[in-house]
Amino acid sequence: MHPELHEHGPDEVPHTHPDPGVDPHTPLAGGPRALRIGIGGPVGSGKTALVAALCRALGEEIRLAVVTNDIYTTEDADFLLRNGVLPAERIRAVETGCCPHTAIRDDISANLDAVEDLEEKLGPLDLVLVESGGDNLTATFSKGLIDQQIFVVDVSGGDKVPRKGGPGVTTADLLVINKTDLAPMVGADLSVMDRDAKARRHELPTVFLSLAEDKQATPVADWIRGLVAARV
Amino acid sequence: MSLATLLLLADGRLPSGGHAHSGGLEPQIAAGRVRDVDGLDGFLRGRLATGGLVSAAFAAAACADTGRAAELDVGLDARTPSPALRRASRAQGRALLRAGRAMWPVPAIGREPHQPVALGALAAAAGLTPVEAAVAAAHGTTTGSASAAVRLLGLDPYAVHALLARLAPECDRIAAVAAARSGDPVDELPAAGAPLLDIGAEHHATWEVRLFAS
Amino acid sequence: MRAEARVVAESDGRGGTRLAVLRGESPLLLRRTGRPAGGGVTVHLVGGAAGPLRGDELRLDVVVGPGARLEMLSVAASLALPGRPAPPSRLTVTASVAAGGTLRWLPEPLIAAAGCDHDVVTRVDVAEGGTLLWRDDLVCGRHREASGAVRADTLIRYAGVALYRHELAVGPGAPGWDGAAVLGGGRAIGTVVAAGPQLPGPPVVGADAASMRLAGPGVLATAVGEDIRQVKAALDPWCGAALAPLALV
Repeated sequence: MHPELHEHGPDEVPHTHPDPGVDPHTPLAGGPRALRIGIGGPVGSGKTALVAALCRALGEEIRLAVVTNDIYTTEDADFLLRNGVLPAERIRAVETGCCPHTAIRDDISANLDAVEDLEEKLGPLDLVLVESGGDNLTATFSKGLIDQQIFVVDVSGGDKVPRKGGPGVTTADLLVINKTDLAPMVGADLSVMDRDAKARRHELPTVFLSLAEDKQATPVADWIRGLVAARV
Repeated sequence: MSLATLLLLADGRLPSGGHAHSGGLEPQIAAGRVRDVDGLDGFLRGRLATGGLVSAAFAAAACADTGRAAELDVGLDARTPSPALRRASRAQGRALLRAGRAMWPVPAIGREPHQPVALGALAAAAGLTPVEAAVAAAHGTTTGSASAAVRLLGLDPYAVHALLARLAPECDRIAAVAAARSGDPVDELPAAGAPLLDIGAEHHATWEVRLFAS
Repeated sequence: MRAEARVVAESDGRGGTRLAVLRGESPLLLRRTGRPAGGGVTVHLVGGAAGPLRGDELRLDVVVGPGARLEMLSVAASLALPGRPAPPSRLTVTASVAAGGTLRWLPEPLIAAAGCDHDVVTRVDVAEGGTLLWRDDLVCGRHREASGAVRADTLIRYAGVALYRHELAVGPGAPGWDGAAVLGGGRAIGTVVAAGPQLPGPPVVGADAASMRLAGPGVLATAVGEDIRQVKAALDPWCGAALAPLALV
């Protein structure tokens, strides 16, 4: 909105201001919307486990909800429910019609509706995590859906993954290299991954993580804490 | 009339949530009724003659007079016995409105109208005619399910598009019939139903694992 | 052939129902049957000639007054037949149910014999507080026979608002009717609409059957089958459950 463009009198017809460059979603009544963070990455890299860890780490301190996009619809949501990391009313599953990347990039309507529904039902939220369905290295989120995105890869795919690049590795706001505890077993050299990630990503941050050892996903949770604090 | 605008409205890439819906095809594939292009042919012809005609008529009617949106919405409720299909239609109507509001000045017709009502309102806002709204509705009826068939059954996309090309004249015919009736009272508008789609949608909604929302 | 029939059921003021009008002509012959039970009366359609045949124009009007209870049954399936070259045969059924009234329409199936060309138009108005159970079964062709053309056009209003609006076309001239969206390989379909303050609870089970809550105060149960036995297996128990409250009165 551009309130500086003209004065708002007390008796004028209620109206909104189209804001060029900002997505045309219905503004939510009652204040700013939640920060939306997308979590993407290849199948099996640990996205859902990361979401569960973040719920454990952040669920008590900030108002949080999750939208999942698993290709098997409710499977990821069920995982979160079974693990008891978030109450059922804070999780929504979105069906993606065999096309998980479409639902987060080309046609984001079902995800936007899910986010809106959560905010309407639960009241103001600080953070909505949107977890993509498992896809490939090219899948990224639309900026119309999320504010920041995390891309999760794991070491078991080999230490060449950062070097191969792709939009997820190259442009994600945070790159998470997961399952570092497996590195010795699969012969992955973490220093190579770190060097390649820096080369690909320049100033963008990369963190190493072993959810087997760090159940609170501390470096990722800290990064999110910083973003949430910056918005307030 | 603008052909380019009509193409935009009817484009499967319009971000209006359609990609997550199979138009009732997923449960019929699971039931073994659609296995190949011939099975898809029968499915699409039946869907076009039933839900396609109804959607086209209601889209045309909403386009002709967006002031009728509320009564048309009630009329679609009475034509959609399956709660799962009512939810699917309203979810797609809401998503379509979201896209439409970004493109044209769409009048307020409620938050979650049935999809054909939303489509008609978008068509009107885009300066299209009722018969064009009807064509977009009929076209969407066939292409949405056809795309789902390619994804679910791995059908040859050329064979599927050959089928869609064969159905195109039928889409035009249905749209013309629908547009001609668009001024009728709501109770007299087309109401052709498809029992297996209703039954299938209700079963599908209870599946633990499904790929499409409907 | 043209024929008209009319039934008017009224409360007798003593908790029972009387038939103020019971009038029919061949092939729409009506007979009151059985003893009064549960405060209601039963009327059977007994038929009276083959058909309907092409060119027939048949009309049945049913009126159920406040507090009256009427059950309409038929002694046998009706068979739509080709007959001579003529316009389609047509059966128009209208029914109205007043507040506190109950109408149960449970006829035997309509069979679409090969070559028939038949329209069924149904218009039902149920006032707020009225109760309806409306069943229509359709069999597409006699045994091992292609289906004739039947178009069923149904509108059920409750409290003045369309509750269920449905058209079904089978046979020649109905594109895709035997495709996987409409009836698939099925040759029989049954639908039951229940409307009113008390709705049947238990769901209909079966691979090709379901019960669904309508947007208004009603439930639809639908079943598709290879033949009518599967439809009856799915819907008869549900209709029986729906009848229970009436029998208890």
